[in-house]
Amino acid sequence: MSSPIVDVERLTVDFAAGKKTIRAVAGVDLTLAKGETLALLGESGSGKSVTLRALLRLHPRSARIAGSITVDGSDVLAMSARQLSRYRGGTVSMVFQDPGLAFDPVYRVGDQIAEAVVRHTGASFRDGRTRALELFERVRIPSPERRLDNYPHEMSGGMRQRAMIALALACRPKVLLADEPTTALDATVQIQVLLLLRELQRELGLAVIFVTHDIGVAVEVADRIAVTYGGRIVEMGRCADVIRGPAHPYTQGLLASRAGHSVAKGTRLVAIPGSPPDLANLPPGCAFAPRCSQAIEACRKTVPDAVVIERGHFSCCLRAQPTAFSPAPATHGAVG
Amino acid sequence: MSLSQSGIQDGVAALAADPRDRGGAGTPLLRVRGLIKHFGRKRGLLAKASPVVRAVDGVDFDVAKGETLGIVGESGCGKSTTARLIMQIIAPDLGEILFDGEAVGSVALDLTQFRKQVQMVFQDSYASLNPRLTVEDTVAFGPRVHGLRRRAAIARAHDLLDRVGLEPARFAGRYPHEISGGQRQRVNIARALALEPRLLILDEAVSALDKSVEAQVLNLLLDLKDEFGLTFIFISHDLNVVRFMSDRVMVMYLGKVAEVGPSEAIFSRPRHPYTEALLASMPSMDPDKRTEEAPISGDPPNPINPPAGCRFHTRCKMVATLCAHAEPPPHHVGGGHLAACHLADPRSGHPRLVAA
Repeated sequence: MSSPIVDVERLTVDFAAGKKTIRAVAGVDLTLAKGETLALLGESGSGKSVTLRALLRLHPRSARIAGSITVDGSDVLAMSARQLSRYRGGTVSMVFQDPGLAFDPVYRVGDQIAEAVVRHTGASFRDGRTRALELFERVRIPSPERRLDNYPHEMSGGMRQRAMIALALACRPKVLLADEPTTALDATVQIQVLLLLRELQRELGLAVIFVTHDIGVAVEVADRIAVTYGGRIVEMGRCADVIRGPAHPYTQGLLASRAGHSVAKGTRLVAIPGSPPDLANLPPGCAFAPRCSQAIEACRKTVPDAVVIERGHFSCCLRAQPTAFSPAPATHGAVG
Repeated sequence: MSLSQSGIQDGVAALAADPRDRGGAGTPLLRVRGLIKHFGRKRGLLAKASPVVRAVDGVDFDVAKGETLGIVGESGCGKSTTARLIMQIIAPDLGEILFDGEAVGSVALDLTQFRKQVQMVFQDSYASLNPRLTVEDTVAFGPRVHGLRRRAAIARAHDLLDRVGLEPARFAGRYPHEISGGQRQRVNIARALALEPRLLILDEAVSALDKSVEAQVLNLLLDLKDEFGLTFIFISHDLNVVRFMSDRVMVMYLGKVAEVGPSEAIFSRPRHPYTEALLASMPSMDPDKRTEEAPISGDPPNPINPPAGCRFHTRCKMVATLCAHAEPPPHHVGGGHLAACHLADPRSGHPRLVAA
């Protein structure tokens, strides 16, 4: 395998909130291969969006970021302001949850895309508009010529999100970050945008990190899924492995508590008790231990290391067991 | 045309003893007929013709005693407006709302009496609480307004907090910003129950919660429904949750009812192409069977100028010329299941019916 396009090691992000420090990301390691889609799946406050924003260094100066982030061979945390503005949009770009907030309301959408092209490539504004038209056709916006002259409020939610994707792709980035891009959309529109993202990813060979709280959405787009909880990745593996054989008690709980059509009416859902952890006051051990039915004393004391379950699938749980048939590399939890 | 359902008698026996029951077990708890609300319509001689949002445009339905009616649909379909019209938070332009056989706002059932019996839980658990009231004062507020002494109201609040899983000793004195989203929604539910209502309207009540907390609150709602003999109107865009909670489901599209019927029938044998598309749009949970083609294209049209004829015809795969002109009335397809589609009516003259 060639070297990964994104390599994040021991990433921590702290925010100061008065006298307290909020540890939003508490040690995240992840790699992303070229042309791969990784879904970060987690609840609010699990650190998934903060991790994504750290990749573009979108956090305020007061945020303390430690660890290392290497994208396409460059050290992101060491970039100067000038390098950073070339990197944002040029190498890595982002699609946000609310496209209504991501566009400037007083400029035509087509001009905003053209401006990005002009800034990054030095092309003329006319060429920028041509590129914008090409992109609008690409993301299948109906009557694209006319739509280029629209202001953001003149577009529907689904169309604005398509335009947002066009803007993100304007300078041919290698990595696309998507932060809950379909959460604000209606069900029938969400599936259209998911299919569009999947198609663009395949045809342009993009590497994509897709943040979502919806397991179904992750299954639709991802090659691999990373489950986040309390600022850490607690389980990661190929999409099918994680969905069919969840190894971490939190992932197991999430899948079991879904009100799917397999749940008979009138029965109770198997709910995870308690509430998500307070990031200003993370427990010393496993962040999930206070809610975990399988927790033992050791879980409350040490942060568990990754245990390899099978090839490319690991779980950060002291009680995790590698599956019998897989060759178990030496890890802390699997000795014996 | 009657929309009354047969066969939805679940829980009716349990309610028979309710002294507030006036119409008897056969009378629906809520009956809505011809409900219309247009926003932006100006009144008076000098009013100019301005754009009108047809938020709710002729909606009929019943909610039987003890059942849960789920309402689904996309943004702009009128599901939340319908809830607010029922609650009388906004006044309908036209239409009739009968509660247990009596017209809401009539001499027999004035708004004070009505609101004691119908309560609502909103999506935003924080915005719907007063930030300057403690949890116990929030829950006790309604009963005090309706004449209960402070001490008795606080006692009731503590009892209810206990029932919704919030230990009064720990939570009664806290303010809304001091508790989590799931806990706040429990407070909202306790407050809604404080007046001992018979009908609870849950408007996206679990949508803002984290998935791991959502299941807890759904379980709580099911328990409370049994314990207090409640009737629910459960509004959500999450079809899985609606399927789990509801006895009957109503699908809305652009201010109209597209389809209504028993939950199982709607989910396993939908008769309206919009319902079919909505179900097919749910993300797959099987990595080997991902969705390959979007069931419908485009966004829902703007309710300011809804399409003529059938409102869904601009996005429908089964569309025929007929659909652009004639609006399909709700048609009975058996088992208390109605679909407003020409294809559901064998005599509509839809070309696909002849071909089949």
